[in-house]
Amino acid sequence: MLAPSSNPPMPTFAAEACSLSIEGFSLAYGGKPALRDLTLQIPRHRVTAFIGPSGCGKSTLLRAINRLHDLNESARAEGRIALEGRDIHDPKLDVSELRRRVGMVFQTPNPFPMSIYENVAFGLRLQKRLPKRQRDDRIEWALSAAALWDEVKDRLHRSAWQLSGGQQQRLVIARTLAVEPEVLLLDEPASALDPISTLKIEELIRNLKSQLTLILVTHNMQQAARVSDYTAFLQQGALVEYGSTDQVFTNPRLQRTEDYITGRLS
Amino acid sequence: MRTTLRRSTLDHLWPWLCAASLALSLLLLIMLVGLLATRGLGHFWPAPLQEVTLRSGETLAGQPIRETALPAQQGQERLYFTGNQDSDGQRWRWVAVDDIVSTRTPDDVIRLERTPWGDFIGRLVAFESANGHLEGEAAWKELQAQLALPPSARSLATLTLETASGASLMQPLSGVLHAQAPNALSLWEKLNAWQNGLWRFLSEGPRAANTGGGVWPAIFGTVLMVILMSVIVTPFGVLAAIYLNEIAHQGRLTRLVRIGVRNLAGVPSIVYGVFGLGVFVYGIGGSLDEWFFSDTLPSPTFGTGGLLWASLTLALLTLPVVIVATEEGLARIPDAQREGAMALGATRLEMLTRIVLPMATPAMLTGVILAVARAAGEVAPLMLVGVAKLAPQVPLDGDFPYLHLERKFMHLGYHLFDTAFHGEDVQAAIPLIYATAALLVAIVLVLNITAIFLRHHLRRQRGGEC
Repeated sequence: MLAPSSNPPMPTFAAEACSLSIEGFSLAYGGKPALRDLTLQIPRHRVTAFIGPSGCGKSTLLRAINRLHDLNESARAEGRIALEGRDIHDPKLDVSELRRRVGMVFQTPNPFPMSIYENVAFGLRLQKRLPKRQRDDRIEWALSAAALWDEVKDRLHRSAWQLSGGQQQRLVIARTLAVEPEVLLLDEPASALDPISTLKIEELIRNLKSQLTLILVTHNMQQAARVSDYTAFLQQGALVEYGSTDQVFTNPRLQRTEDYITGRLS
Repeated sequence: MRTTLRRSTLDHLWPWLCAASLALSLLLLIMLVGLLATRGLGHFWPAPLQEVTLRSGETLAGQPIRETALPAQQGQERLYFTGNQDSDGQRWRWVAVDDIVSTRTPDDVIRLERTPWGDFIGRLVAFESANGHLEGEAAWKELQAQLALPPSARSLATLTLETASGASLMQPLSGVLHAQAPNALSLWEKLNAWQNGLWRFLSEGPRAANTGGGVWPAIFGTVLMVILMSVIVTPFGVLAAIYLNEIAHQGRLTRLVRIGVRNLAGVPSIVYGVFGLGVFVYGIGGSLDEWFFSDTLPSPTFGTGGLLWASLTLALLTLPVVIVATEEGLARIPDAQREGAMALGATRLEMLTRIVLPMATPAMLTGVILAVARAAGEVAPLMLVGVAKLAPQVPLDGDFPYLHLERKFMHLGYHLFDTAFHGEDVQAAIPLIYATAALLVAIVLVLNITAIFLRHHLRRQRGGEC
């Protein structure tokens, strides 16, 4: 059992700079706790990285922000996650609207078996009808924002499954951007990609933070150091340390954090 | 050293064993298709007619069918189809080959298809009509010209015919369906006649207690029933599979239901027939009759076997096949696709209809293909719930309400069974059995190929293997 968090000083943000506020959030699957009493605030228009050993709960937390744990019947959540001050577990809140506002990109690229165009249009078609011109514009904008437009503009109606892995992942990001989310959750988005594609994704993440709040789960310490502004270190479902990336990587407060970052602890 | 040698020998041998098994299966399949195709399609080839003089001085004309060894003595005997039931009282003759003095194939021996007496084999002497009396070549020309016209436009005429044994008989033209002089035909004309015969088999109704004529009503009944069955079974099977795979809590009960569904596929088909008879025909059909058709009782409308009940019974029979295939297709779709759709703000219904179902369509079609293949070949349950030996009225016609679901219908599988076991003329039935069997295989093949093309097209549209 871990020692109870000795509550190291944590970054707090003024209400207008805070996108997500997680307060005493716990999650259990079939009675087995996966997240324990997490409290942290995530700043708007910044990149926050969740790091930690496998099974520490960082992906679980990410999915909880999107309420994807709803799909699992045995999941029980406690505590509060507020998006722009509103509890996402509020029964009056429309889950699909929440998921539109909080986009998610998964570890392995999961483009739908349709054309590139239809992939990006998928989220748009779920909402109110856009005239074709406007939809085309939005798709071009989303693909450009995901740095993919130049590569695919001549083959928009070809199958998305013919793209390379890196292109597929950027397509998935474009698909998510098209519905104009406020928060983008990235679950190890580059772990299945080659180094060049990884660099492109990282550059993309840095560029996107002017428009939205990004949360990145990664196993790659260098990646977290390169792209994130804040870093949260989780272990066994509990938050160990949270601070600005500079501080966590150069001057961690806790020995456990330092051990993990320097690779002394698996 | 010894063991390594033996192990490597074994390693060389086992692929051959596998190959041999495959080769044997293929060989059997080719033999099956080959037998059905040659025997079935060969039946329509205009066979040469022989005129034979026997040692006793008797002369007969007929089509040689086959030879077998004589039971008691040396030598062979040969079966001839001689026709002429009206003058000879029989249609088949076994002749000992040693008794044959001479065999000729004269060009003027003709074969007439007639009702009600069956085929005539012999010579045309005269063609007599209001326009006058024709003989020889002119009579034959006129007969062919008349038969080329539709039956209502033909003139009233009488043919004078002579059998090989010299008996003479008068035949009204109205009873003649088709005439052929096979010995006089060139190869090209024979090919034409073969095509013609095949077409008449496919497009005409049966004659002579199913041992003659064509099988059109049976083709129509089989295809219509299979289509109706697919229309019923597909939505039910797909919805059930979606519930099992996407909605139900994956607990012990679901597993039990799944095992139950899979085992249902193994229940003997006649059992479904009994169920269909008891529940659909007598239960539901009887009630429908009481409520809506009470004025025609006691003669039943829906309370007897019919197209609807047969389709429903077969739909029930093939339901497990569709459920299992669809469920396997659904299970193959990665959860990442479902989560991807949900993460974009799709509701569960939108995720199902826009992502999951399109991806599972090829698997569903596989299920329907398997169901069609099974249903088209089932005979046993149909005998209980609506198939008929002879149903000249097809269930689809120009009378309101166009599709007559309560009518009995003909089915190729049952037609095959009936021709084989309930015909009065076994020899005449044999080639028809082969032809019908070949046709049944061909129909299942065509239905399957259609579905396979559809599946292939859907896969291509999505640009990848699903």
